[in-house]
Amino acid sequence: MSTSLLIVQTLNGLQLGVLLFLIAAGLTLVFGVMDFINLAHGVQYMLGAYLAVMFYGYTGNFLFALVLALGASLAFGLLLEFAVFRHLYDRDHLDQVIATFGIILFLNQGVKLAWGAAPLSLPIPEIFSGSVVLMPGILYPVWRLVIIGSGLAVALILYLLVSRTRVGMLVRAGATNAAMVSALGVDIRRLFMVVFGFGTMLAGFAGIMIAPILSVEPGMGDTILILAFVVIVIGGIGSIRGAFLAALIIGLVDTLGRSFAVDILRTFMAPSPARTVGPALASMLIYLLMALVLYFRPAGLFPTKGR
Amino acid sequence: MADIATASPARRARLAGNALPLAIFLVFAVVPLFAGFRGEAYVLGLVTRVMIFAIAALALDLLVGYGALVSFGHAAFIGLGAYAVGILGAHGISDMLIALPVALVVSALFAFATGIVCLRTKGVYFIMITLAFGQMAYFTASSLAPYGGDDGLTIRMRSTLAGFQIFHSDRALYYVSLLALLGAYLLCRSLVASRFGRVYRGTRENPLRLATIGFEVYRYQLVAYVIAGALGGLSGFLLANAAEFVSPAYMSWQRSGELLIMVIFGGMGTLNGAIIGAAAFLLLEEWLSGITEHWKVIFGPLLVLVAVFAPGGLLGVWARLRRIGRD
Repeated sequence: MSTSLLIVQTLNGLQLGVLLFLIAAGLTLVFGVMDFINLAHGVQYMLGAYLAVMFYGYTGNFLFALVLALGASLAFGLLLEFAVFRHLYDRDHLDQVIATFGIILFLNQGVKLAWGAAPLSLPIPEIFSGSVVLMPGILYPVWRLVIIGSGLAVALILYLLVSRTRVGMLVRAGATNAAMVSALGVDIRRLFMVVFGFGTMLAGFAGIMIAPILSVEPGMGDTILILAFVVIVIGGIGSIRGAFLAALIIGLVDTLGRSFAVDILRTFMAPSPARTVGPALASMLIYLLMALVLYFRPAGLFPTKGR
Repeated sequence: MADIATASPARRARLAGNALPLAIFLVFAVVPLFAGFRGEAYVLGLVTRVMIFAIAALALDLLVGYGALVSFGHAAFIGLGAYAVGILGAHGISDMLIALPVALVVSALFAFATGIVCLRTKGVYFIMITLAFGQMAYFTASSLAPYGGDDGLTIRMRSTLAGFQIFHSDRALYYVSLLALLGAYLLCRSLVASRFGRVYRGTRENPLRLATIGFEVYRYQLVAYVIAGALGGLSGFLLANAAEFVSPAYMSWQRSGELLIMVIFGGMGTLNGAIIGAAAFLLLEEWLSGITEHWKVIFGPLLVLVAVFAPGGLLGVWARLRRIGRD
């Protein structure tokens, strides 16, 4: 367990955490404000990545691809809201689950039809390719640092939006008591649409940013969706602050667990069972963490509903 | 609304309440007689799968439909039951007299241990914590290197009953599954109608009020959770025998999602709906995937349509059609 490996893996964990935050932020708001379970949030992340690949193919420029894909993600999210979700806000959670599950099936297969089942890739933009020397002997890819930086920037912007603007105030109020906000004369449907569109765009953004280091393939949103749900539940549904903290915790715990579980177990176990148990324990770690958090704080770390 | 005016609505309701399950089980009972027309092994295998998943869906309906306990990790119980068969089989023990009780007890114990924790939470948090335990079971199964790990485990011999090869033919397995489904259905039905069931259904409506009257809500929910877990184990036991294979994929969260879809698709809180939902889901999947490999492009929007236009699932649609027909 060398120090340089520890530093590199900590950064990787941070990068995963930031990515999770981008996805969880939209999910927690949609969930907290509208009380809507959107399982399709993960495929919107996948769609962002695919759109970026497509627009990169047309323009050959990452920045153009980024802007166009963001716009298209937003447009698609609003279309979904208009066509499907709008009709389900007042419904039971289970109707929302079945509808958004249907959208997952459709889009996972739809991207296969449109772009083929083989994984696609997006090149890292020229200026950000390569690695930097963090410390003597530690090289780290620039693009991952860019992801961390842009994620933190988005977190800051979100924080300012939510805590300093009028819309942000409404969002906070909506997460606490949507019916009351509506009764006070705010057009809650429009607020829903804004929040939903914004959340979709963030998920799309996460997909675009991660596309250069992951392979873009159908189903890439499914795993991340579950992780994002773990994040928002640990953080407390509806809380941006909670989502941020929980995303970083989950990112770090997951990455460091996977890297070091076997080594740690080996200190008090024979090598061969450690090699078997280690990976399983590492994959389980975040779920164990979630179960523990919910056992002691059944509404997450930062509960928003003041009931 | 119109049926209030008609004569003896109670008797009619009771009749209608029995007609549907009778029809369902009658269809299941006669399928093997007609299976010969179109590849017997294929039809029997497919319908056996339907019945096996219907058992798990029934168990889930007991939780979701009657107790508002939306479990997103129910596939774990199927997996536990299946692994009980697989692991015992790998050690040369394939008798049902041992494997079946082990499957039931292990899944009931898992339900008990996790239920203690899960039932502390409510609503969405309950969904997520059951998912968490489901994932833990999944990752445990995929780390079982001696038993195939990620790749799963082939079962060399189907379960025997006191040495007798009860599952030697697909037809025998079919009828045993049918019996198991019937047993599970009757158990759930009498459970729901019993005193226990009344209290348990009450926990769905208003747990606070029940607690005030003096019932320990938590205990009732825990008992239901353990029963549903054991039924999941039963389904897993049969699935392992039908597929002659177990793998961690049985426990994946997508599987749990599919089980939920079956229950909602059929119409939850009705028990009949769970069976119909399982049948509709698996048969549609089979049918559509025969038409095109991109069947999910059709199936996905279908689910959306059901959610938007048919809350209450297929049985809800049926009830509404009948009401329209009567008026």
